[in-house]
Parts: sequence; C-alpha cells; structure tokens
Amino acid sequence: MNIKTLFKSKAEVYTTVTLAALVLVVLPLLLPIFRLNLFGKYLTFGFVGVGLVLLWGRCGILSLGQGVFFGLGGYCMAMFLKLEASDPISTKIQSTPGIPDFMDWNQITKLPWFWEPFKSFPFAMAAILVIPTLVAFGIGWAMFRRRVGGVYFAIITQAIALIISLGIDGNQGYTGGRNGITDLRTLLGMDIRSNVSQYIIYYISALLLFACILFGKYIINSRMGRVLVAIRDREDRVRFSGYDVAMCRSFVFALAALFSGIGGAMFVLQVGFMSPSLIGIVPSIEMVIFAAVGGRLSVIGAVYGVLIVNLGKTTFSEAFPELWLFLMGGTFIAVVMFFPDGLAGLTEPGGPLSKLWQKWGARLLPGLARRIAENHSSTATTTVLAEKTALNEVTNATK
Amino acid sequence: MSTEKDFLLYIEGLGVSFDGFKAVDGFNFYLNTNTVHVIIGPNGAGKTTVLDLICGKTKATDGSVKFKGSEIRGLKEHEIVRAGIGRKFQNPSIYENLTVLENLEISHPKGRGVFGCLVFQRTPDVVERIQSVAKDIGLQDRLDTEAGVLSHGQKQWLEIGMLLMQNPELLMLDEPVAGMSVREREETAQLIRKISKERSVIVIEHDMEFVKEIADRVTVMHLGKILAEGSMEHVQHDPKVIEVYIGH
Amino acid sequence: MNLQELWSIFIMQGFAGISLFSVLLLMGLGLALIFGQMGVINMAHGEFMALGAYTTYLCSTLVQDHAPSLLPIYFPIAIVLAFILSAALGALVEWGMIRHLYKRPLDTLLATWGLSLILQQTYRSIFGAREVTPTLPEWLMGSFKPTESIDIPINGVFVLLLAGAVTGSLLLFMFKTAFGLRLRATVQNRLMSGAVGINTKMVDRLAFSVGCGIAGIAGAAFTTIGSTGPDSGSRYIVDAFLVVVFGGAANLFGSVVSALGIAQAQSILEFFLEGTKGKVATLLFIVVVLMFRPQGLFPSKVRS
Repeated sequence: MNIKTLFKSKAEVYTTVTLAALVLVVLPLLLPIFRLNLFGKYLTFGFVGVGLVLLWGRCGILSLGQGVFFGLGGYCMAMFLKLEASDPISTKIQSTPGIPDFMDWNQITKLPWFWEPFKSFPFAMAAILVIPTLVAFGIGWAMFRRRVGGVYFAIITQAIALIISLGIDGNQGYTGGRNGITDLRTLLGMDIRSNVSQYIIYYISALLLFACILFGKYIINSRMGRVLVAIRDREDRVRFSGYDVAMCRSFVFALAALFSGIGGAMFVLQVGFMSPSLIGIVPSIEMVIFAAVGGRLSVIGAVYGVLIVNLGKTTFSEAFPELWLFLMGGTFIAVVMFFPDGLAGLTEPGGPLSKLWQKWGARLLPGLARRIAENHSSTATTTVLAEKTALNEVTNATK
Repeated sequence: MSTEKDFLLYIEGLGVSFDGFKAVDGFNFYLNTNTVHVIIGPNGAGKTTVLDLICGKTKATDGSVKFKGSEIRGLKEHEIVRAGIGRKFQNPSIYENLTVLENLEISHPKGRGVFGCLVFQRTPDVVERIQSVAKDIGLQDRLDTEAGVLSHGQKQWLEIGMLLMQNPELLMLDEPVAGMSVREREETAQLIRKISKERSVIVIEHDMEFVKEIADRVTVMHLGKILAEGSMEHVQHDPKVIEVYIGH
Repeated sequence: MNLQELWSIFIMQGFAGISLFSVLLLMGLGLALIFGQMGVINMAHGEFMALGAYTTYLCSTLVQDHAPSLLPIYFPIAIVLAFILSAALGALVEWGMIRHLYKRPLDTLLATWGLSLILQQTYRSIFGAREVTPTLPEWLMGSFKPTESIDIPINGVFVLLLAGAVTGSLLLFMFKTAFGLRLRATVQNRLMSGAVGINTKMVDRLAFSVGCGIAGIAGAAFTTIGSTGPDSGSRYIVDAFLVVVFGGAANLFGSVVSALGIAQAQSILEFFLEGTKGKVATLLFIVVVLMFRPQGLFPSKVRS
C-alpha cells in the first residue's frame, strides 16, 4: 500500500496533516488538562462520525441508531471497570460485598451471568470490538437482505435506539438504570482520573481515531469505496455486476458500528461513566448532525464537524442555554438545505469558499491568491494526468 | 434426442403471475452456445419480463431455468451473474459519476466479495482487459471521460462493455439500439456479431431490419406466450405472426 | 387474583389503552398522510402535536380568566383552533423548507429534526420547562361504572369518538372528494398528474398542512390523558412512525389497526410488567416483525 491509496489530492493531505497537528500537538500544548479532556470526549464522537461518513455519506444508509453501538462499546468497557472498582474490600459495607453498588441497592445478591466474563480484561477488550460489530451485522443482514433501506432503515434503527435505551433504563439492577454505571476509577490499577493517565488516554483516543480515519480513507479510495457509492446511486446495476449488495451494506454497517464501539469505550475512559443518555434517540441523531455539519462525504470533514459543533455546544450552552437549541436547530436546517456537503464541501477546491477567495482574495492579496488558485487547478488536472500516466506505465510494462 | 445438458440455457414451463394476471405463461426456450437469439413481439408481450425472470430480478412462480445444466431459478441476482449471465437494461444503466475506465474496472469479475473489494488492485492484466474491451466498444479514446457526458449510443455500448468485462457465457440485451442513429445501429450489429463468436446473446428488439441482420433464431411472443419460433425467414411467413403484427 | 378481577383489569387497561390508541391513531394518521403518501419524514410531527396541546392549554387559561361561563364548551373550539394553528404552521414549513427537499427524503428527516429542536425551545421559552395541564370541562371528568369492578373514564370515550370522527373525515376526504383523488393521483405519478393539469405543488402543501393539523388535534386529545411539556411530542414520535410503518406505509386502514394493536399491547403489558418494560416489549416485538416483514401488515399491491 502506498500513500496514493490513502490520499487522492494534495488538499486531502493538507487537511489531514492539519487535523493531526491540531489534535496531537496544538491542543495538548495549549489547553489545561481538564479542557483537553473535554476535547478527548469530543474525539470519541469522532469515531461515530467517521463511521457515518462511510455508511451514510458514501453508501447512502442513514442509521439513527449509531448511539446503540457507541453505547455497547461503552458499556463493555464500563462493566469491566465497574467490576474492577467493586472488589470485596472497597465494597465491604454492602450487604453483598464484591458486586457493583447499584446491584446491591436493588437487592441483587449474585453477579448476573452476563457480567461474569467481564472480570477478564482480554474478554472485555474483545467484547468492545466484537459485540457492536456482530449486533450491527445481524441487524443489517436481516434488513438489507430483504431490501429494507432508506427511510425505513432510519426509522427502524431509531426505534432500536429507543428500545435499548429504555431497556437499560428500566433494568436498574442489571445495568445501573438511568444513572448508568458510575464511579469508575481504575483501569488495571491505573487511576484513570490522574493527570498523567488523562494525557495517556487522550493520546490513545487520538491515535485510534487517526487509525480509523486512515482506514476509512483507504476504504473510500479502494474498490470497496467505489462500490459503496455505486450502491448508493445505482443499486440494481451493482447487483447485476455480480456484487452481493446486501453483504456490502452489512459490512459497512458493521464497520461503522465497530468504529462507534471503540469510540464508546474510549468515552468511558475519558469521562469515567456510561449511561443510557448517550444511547437514545437524541444522541444518535446528534451524531448524524456532527457528520452532516462537517461534511457527510469526508472523514476528515466529519471529525472537524464533531469538534466544532461540540465546542459550540459546550461554549454556548454554558453561556446562553436558551439560544443554543435555536442555533443548533437553525444550523442544522441551513446545512441540510444549503450546504448538503457540509464544511468539507464549502472548503474543497472549486467549492463556494474557494470561489469566494478567488474573487475577493485576489484583490486583497493578489500574489497569494494566484498561487492558491494555480495549486488547486493543478491538483485537479494532475490527478487525471497521474491516472493516465499510471495507466500508460502499466500498459507499457505489460507490453 | 437432445437433453438439457446440450443447451446453454434450457427453460421449461416458465411462468409468473402478478395478482392473478399471467404476464408470462408456459414459456419454453432452448438456447445453443454461440447463438444470437432475438425475442420480438408487440408491447406488453412479456419480453422484458422473461429477461427479468432469467436474471432473478423477478421471481418466477412456475417452471425451471437451467443454465449449463444446473437450476438457476431461485438464485439471487448476483449469484446468477457470477454463474455467467450478464444483463443489459432498456435504459442505459451505468455509473454516470465514474469515468469510462472506472465503469469498466468496477465490472471486472476479480474481487467481488467484501474482502476482494478491499484488496483489489489495478494490476496489468486488469488494465489490459479494460483496454481490449474499450476497443471492442469503440471507447478506447474516452477512458478518462466521465460516463455521464457520453452520447446515448456510447452509454449503451459502455453498458455492453461492462457486461463483456464479466466475460459471461450468456448476454441478455434489452433493446440495445433504441434511440441510436443508423450508423450506430450498424456498429452495434457488428459488435453483437463479434461478441457472439464466443458466447450466446439474447436480444429483445423492435427494429426488424436490425433483427434480420443479427438473428440466428427468432422467438415471437404475444400476451405472455410463445407464438412462433424459428429462423427470421420462417417466422416472417407464419400466419399467426402476421395476424398479430398486421391484424390489429 | 381471581378470574373475575383479571377480566376487570383487562377491560380497564383496555380502556386506558383506548386513550393512548386515540392519540397514536391521530398522530399516525397525520404521518400516514405526510410519510405514507408524500414520502416526507416529519421528525417535528410531535412538536405539531405539542402545538395543539399548548393551544388547548392557552384556550383553557384564557376562558378561565376572562369568561369562566364558557368553560363547559371551550374544548371543541380549542380542538378546531388546534387544527387550524398546526395546519397553518404546517403550510408555512412546507413552503419554507419541505418543498425544497422532496427529492431528498433522508434530508427532510434531518431538517425537520432541526425544526423540532427550534420548536421545543420556543415552547420552553414561552411556557416554561414545567408541564402544564388545561382545566378540563366538568363533563369530561368522571367515569361510567357498568359493573362494580369496572371504571370507564369518560375522557377516554370522548377522545375515541374524536379519533373516530377524524379518521372518518380523512377517509371521506381522501376517497370521496376531488382533492383526495388529486392527492392520490399525485402520490402515484407526480409527473403525469402535473401533465393532466393538477397543481401538484398545491396538493403537496395542502396534504402536508392537513397532516400537521391532524397532529394538532392529537395534541388537543392528548391534554385529556397527560400534561404537556416542551418535549411531550417527541416522546410519541417513534411510536407514531412505527404505527405507520407497521400498518403498511401507504395504507390508512393499516395505520388504524396497528395503532390499536400497539396501544392495547402497551397498556395491557404495562399493567403486568413494571415501568417501561411493557413499552420495550411492544416496540421490540414490532421491530422484530418489521425485520421479517418490512412491508408491514397491509402492504399495497403494486407490481414492481
């Protein structure tokens, strides 16, 4: 695999490197640790955003249930941490020591069977990866094989989000109920709330996120990426080109769930709790908003979208809680109606912002604007040229 | 006596009904290898439905479809394609946002599974195949053109090219020359003659001149049933056929 | 618990379910028109319902403060007002937003969700976050007592009659009027309908606003069984969509049957299972059925 399979144009390299510099260098240097922790939390939503770009932007499947997979990954992590926190010594005042406190409050005297395996660290880590993926694959396969798609899929996944969040909410003794699983302190003995471990966790989140971004980019630029777009635009032709459309859809749905699950697990490490409020209808649809604002077609754009909307949410809802929902609702309507490709669509070469820049920037900073304009147009032509030369090279080689 | 093994495609008693309406009924059809077989008939005769039934787009209610001796009725669309049957739709069905090259590449049969899609590489043999098919369909100079800007006739050829990429043993073309100029029709006829040297082709067509030019055998359909079958010469003089075409 | 008591519980929960059924039915009918017929996903549908409920509350407060003698008769007027206001807002939304998105159904879903956020916050700013309840007229209170152990609340019977009347009118409207014919024609073949001289834009706007208006009536009905808060509507949105999808999207009759089934299952299960488990079980059942039968209970017969 070479670099060309990941980045199609120079502009893509720039945006990726900028994001990497921002997340890995600038933010950690600039922000105090508790603010950085907040950004770490946003990054974990970025995992969901990357998945949604592949699933929704590229393949046209809108899932309103991504919170479910975020939650499944998160609960797997939280169950492990909770069991670690509930050793018999620290829970000796309970009527049944050694089980999580909320079980004790609900008169449960024995650890339920499905909690047992989460005592094991390797099991819990595997579960974070496997459970969301398998659940999504099962749901996807059942529905895509029967050609359920579009709005029906959206409605059914939304109903699933409601069912799971209500189900967790209503079974306090087994799940911690509405409050969720709280008071998570240590991971394999390491205090997850100390400054040092906060930095470590932040960097693990960021690196995992970049791994997902690069994998996402690889998929978009691979044959799979073209097939996904083809399924979105001309499903029947793909089927009659011999592809198993239901399987491709299930795959991308499962992959998006895998990303979301990793995000959920990292979320738990960042904030120290997990609750059904991160699973239901509202958080699930909010994740879609983040991706839409950033750009549903671009994995990097979606991550920017997640960071910007969440930063806005935190800042505004602290200062003007009333205005925030108006602003968020308004932004969302505006993005959907006027900028369906989001921020990434605005800023890409040939997009509205670059046109604006060519028109006005040229007057203010003539030299710079010309250079940028040349750069943009040459990236466009060089890609075509590069493909042609590559083709010629291969042909010559075969001769 | 010939058996089902001797035919490339062996259809007996094929039928489908929509809510009691029999769109195709008791359809028998035997296709040899390397043959161009044209199905003609007035509108609503059930020609396109027959193709839909063979390629699995519509599920048959009766009968059997055997391809190279094994039953394909009930298989999924992509399984039928992978067995070696290609289908072209009435309206050009191509990926308009992709280039001609990418359109052909995506139709290359290597790596059609999920894993195959992830590791697929544009290797020399893939490129060679793309170029040879592009040459057959007369688009070798337009490989980097976005398919959406091609002329109607070129789109039709591109779709045929996409099927050729799959190297099918049976090709089904639904009105391949609809909307084409006279010159384009001639070129298409040559193309069909050429590709039928290595495979069989079922064509649905209205244009009788075109049919005469390409057909080895002709089946005439009317109201979901077969009215006549044989050489063009033969069916042209069949009184039932004349009745259907001129009598109304 | 003997058999007699069990039977009484069934009857009473059945009647409790009927109030829920009526609200779900009214929500579902509006959505069946907007989603089933037009293919638009209106995530703000619940907020139109809340608008109807707040309208009823406002009417009740105004009447109480200025003309207490009208208290017994204000409720029907409030229902009409709820319909008119919601329908007007619906027409406005269709003009400003929906008509630009007909070709992008998934995007209507997202845009209307943005709208629902704005409406919820508007309600919160005007009426406060606290839930409100209108003063209901005397004659809606109380209950029948056909036997010793059975209580049938009058408000339940009233909203049932209301839902029945609205359903009947909608069916008449759809199948017996010229407009209904135009609407059904437009839904089936927009291009052709335009070609034969139907003003399809007008049809769309009217259909959307009637759908929203019916949600307004649902809101008025809702005030008889619960108190209204800014997010009351959003709590019913998933149920309402499931009613429509489960019934078979393009089938109004299917919506009636599935609303009845969902409401009764929920309300009877809620008695035997604590908390939200009745609701979870019902929704789970529907989702599983939809996975195996995505076309719903009564699919429309169209040759694809």
